[in-house]
Amino acid sequence: MSNYQTHITDMLIVGAGLAGERIAVEAASQGLNVIILSLVPPRRSHSTAAQGGMQASLGNCAMGEGDSTDVHFADTVKGSDWGCEQDVARAFVENAPLAVREMAVWGVPWSRVVAGKRTLPDGREIEEKKEKEGLITARDFGGTAKWRTCYTADGTGHTLQYTMDSMVVQMGITVHDRTEAISLIHDGDKCIGVVARCLRTGDLRVYIAKSTVMCTGGYGRLYSASTNAVINEGNGMFVALNTGVVPLGNMEAVQFHPTGMVPVWILITEGARGDGGYLLDKNLYRFMPDYEPKKKELASRDVVSRRMTQHIRKGYGVDSPYGPHLWLDIRHLGAKHINTNLREIANIAKNFAGVDPVKDLIPVRPTQHYSMGGVRTNKDGYAYGLKGLFACGEAACWDLHGFNRLGGNSLAETITAGRIIGKKVTEYTLGATLSYSYEQVNNAVKEQENRVKALVNGWNGKEDVYNLRNEMEKSLMDYVGIFRNGPDLQKAVDNLREVYHRSLNIGLKSGGEGPSPELAQALRLPGMIRLALCISYGALTRTESRGSHAREDYPKRDDANWLKRTLAYWPEGADLPELKYEPVTITELPPGDRGYGESSAQPEGGGKKNG
Amino acid sequence: MADRQLTFEIFRYNPLKPEVAPYMQTYKLAETTGMTIFVALNMIREEQDPSLMFDFVCRAAICGSCAMVINGRPRLACKTLTNTLPAKIKLFPLPVFKLVGDLSVDTGTWFRYLSEKTESWVHTSKVPDPKIQEERMDNAVANQIYEAERCIECGCCIAGCATANIRDEFLGAAGINRVARFMVDPRDERSFGEYFEIVGSEEGAFGCMGLMACDDNCPMELPLQMQLAYVRRKMAAYGLGYKEKKRIKPA
Repeated sequence: MSNYQTHITDMLIVGAGLAGERIAVEAASQGLNVIILSLVPPRRSHSTAAQGGMQASLGNCAMGEGDSTDVHFADTVKGSDWGCEQDVARAFVENAPLAVREMAVWGVPWSRVVAGKRTLPDGREIEEKKEKEGLITARDFGGTAKWRTCYTADGTGHTLQYTMDSMVVQMGITVHDRTEAISLIHDGDKCIGVVARCLRTGDLRVYIAKSTVMCTGGYGRLYSASTNAVINEGNGMFVALNTGVVPLGNMEAVQFHPTGMVPVWILITEGARGDGGYLLDKNLYRFMPDYEPKKKELASRDVVSRRMTQHIRKGYGVDSPYGPHLWLDIRHLGAKHINTNLREIANIAKNFAGVDPVKDLIPVRPTQHYSMGGVRTNKDGYAYGLKGLFACGEAACWDLHGFNRLGGNSLAETITAGRIIGKKVTEYTLGATLSYSYEQVNNAVKEQENRVKALVNGWNGKEDVYNLRNEMEKSLMDYVGIFRNGPDLQKAVDNLREVYHRSLNIGLKSGGEGPSPELAQALRLPGMIRLALCISYGALTRTESRGSHAREDYPKRDDANWLKRTLAYWPEGADLPELKYEPVTITELPPGDRGYGESSAQPEGGGKKNG
Repeated sequence: MADRQLTFEIFRYNPLKPEVAPYMQTYKLAETTGMTIFVALNMIREEQDPSLMFDFVCRAAICGSCAMVINGRPRLACKTLTNTLPAKIKLFPLPVFKLVGDLSVDTGTWFRYLSEKTESWVHTSKVPDPKIQEERMDNAVANQIYEAERCIECGCCIAGCATANIRDEFLGAAGINRVARFMVDPRDERSFGEYFEIVGSEEGAFGCMGLMACDDNCPMELPLQMQLAYVRRKMAAYGLGYKEKKRIKPA
């Protein structure tokens, strides 16, 4: 008896953002059959929202002269606070320029060098050389020694995704959009595909493949104030975690972007500060140079977010019904620059906050932005724990970013890792065979069918999915934010455990027919709370400060005890993750000073640490 | 304004339950400061009716998922502030596209077809060799390509287009703009003859009746009127036998 559709293919890719589509292009070019599953049409993926750009050390623009893969490597490792895998970072920086050029041939209209002199907002005069005219240019981003962030005006992610998807269309690659993978089919040793739910009809489907690649993006929406798209609920991560054998790496490493716009939390790109924007306090005073004299507004994101929070805590925030905030000032960049290179910011500010950045200040506050953690893989993208399972992009902990990702390195990771891992998964798949037991597949579907029935009929209880979701968000927002401490983290863990137990008793209010959005949320929520627990418990256990993980009770980085990566497993029946650790790979650059942030703090302006 | 009680009248229909005819359902909601249709619909779903179907992704007017007909006009729901609307707000799904349910429509399938039909990729005989320096491009040309590529495939231009509403195969402003994007791209090696095969017909550039609702409704404020005129002029010239070299559109 089979009341579900079954699809069999060589490679199954879950997620049609840039990482997923890049891998699909690689596999299809080698003759493999590929199916991509996606919650939404590929061109609506969150990759398109990346406005700022991607780092690659082409060194074409004047302020990028002398750049090299070595400089990019050092910036990335320092940015990660020595939490990244250095062999991964090396492969990444070597491949990033190739990925940029490849995208240029495929159709991305990268912004180009225009020869001539110009004056930067801070008064410096630079000259773009005639011999570089027409080559791909770059802009400044935080935590980088050179201008290295390649961009397309204000829509880098958009043009990359549209170009990548044009390749997918050209190659005739199958995409099943509005389809959600809800569990992996595996026997504890090997993954052979997924059970998925069609978001058009609500039907369950089976996908069987030689290789399954999770490219589902981050989990930003576990936090109520996040810059992320509403689809970023960590699906791929909890689906992998739920197997009990695949660990998630460094889930406590959560990036807060300095400039989420109050109160809608839409991202104002780092390009705003890269192009010369300032942060101001309630007295319209530019405070960042006091804390970070060298990098000012362009220290790494974790550092700028903490400095902003410190400054607000000292009483310099601007009061608002949504809590205190600071100002982003780009008025001095001029109407022409704002309305072309930063047009998206101008539109967002006008549409969602009713301010015109040509003449008004933009209200901003650090906001959840990026998940450094994810499905732990080796440098070739192989997930730990299950053969045939891979992960790439934000869903993965490859681990390029360690405890803090540099701006411009995530978009770069999607297509660069997609290129590297795409080749590796393709190799694996070409050499793999497919065999599976009907019973195993049938049982996997049955399990999901039973979950659906229990939710629809309220067999386990009548807990409201949206209430529980709000409680989960609140625990993370209140206790697992930018500054953390033992007692708060303990509260988060306790609350989340309780919410987790309640989430096993959800019952739908609606009938749950067809593509019911309530049912979709109810199927996801227990997994989302598991991720929240991995984040909180990992943060509680890690008694040091590193990158974005800032403990007020343990303010120093502790290389002697904590130069290691957290691996969170979820054993069957547990209500807390089991944490293990592994060493960080250091091949070139031994742990040292980042050159910005609290460890390099200046006694003058920096004020009290942890203040 | 903040004290207003809003009345939403929302189109309801689930194609999987054809026995229930389409109907309008009314919801009341207290308006809050800065409320958008995104905020309002989520509040309705979470507090009043968890079965209500609609689509949002980025909620920042970047992804194009949430277009719907708001008080008679196709718009992005995420960036429509309720304080710009009267207290009675009527919401319908976009016409032309296949209905998934309530306010949710299948734009993805439609736009994939558009990309296939217009062969929306750079047609080049060059094989990428990323190890060598990239080919140069004038920054002004890069910007021109980008201007046409800013389309977010939301479907507002299609939903508001009289031709698209009566002629299934019409590519609409989104399709014609897409062709213009490749026409200005020096990397695309297609000749005008090849473009003519794609858009030189009633389904393409010559199906437009010139009502220009597309231009009025585009949330990205793309110059669709100009793009239509540009493609039509090029295609007419080709059709009439003028020999013209492919060149970049003057700014």
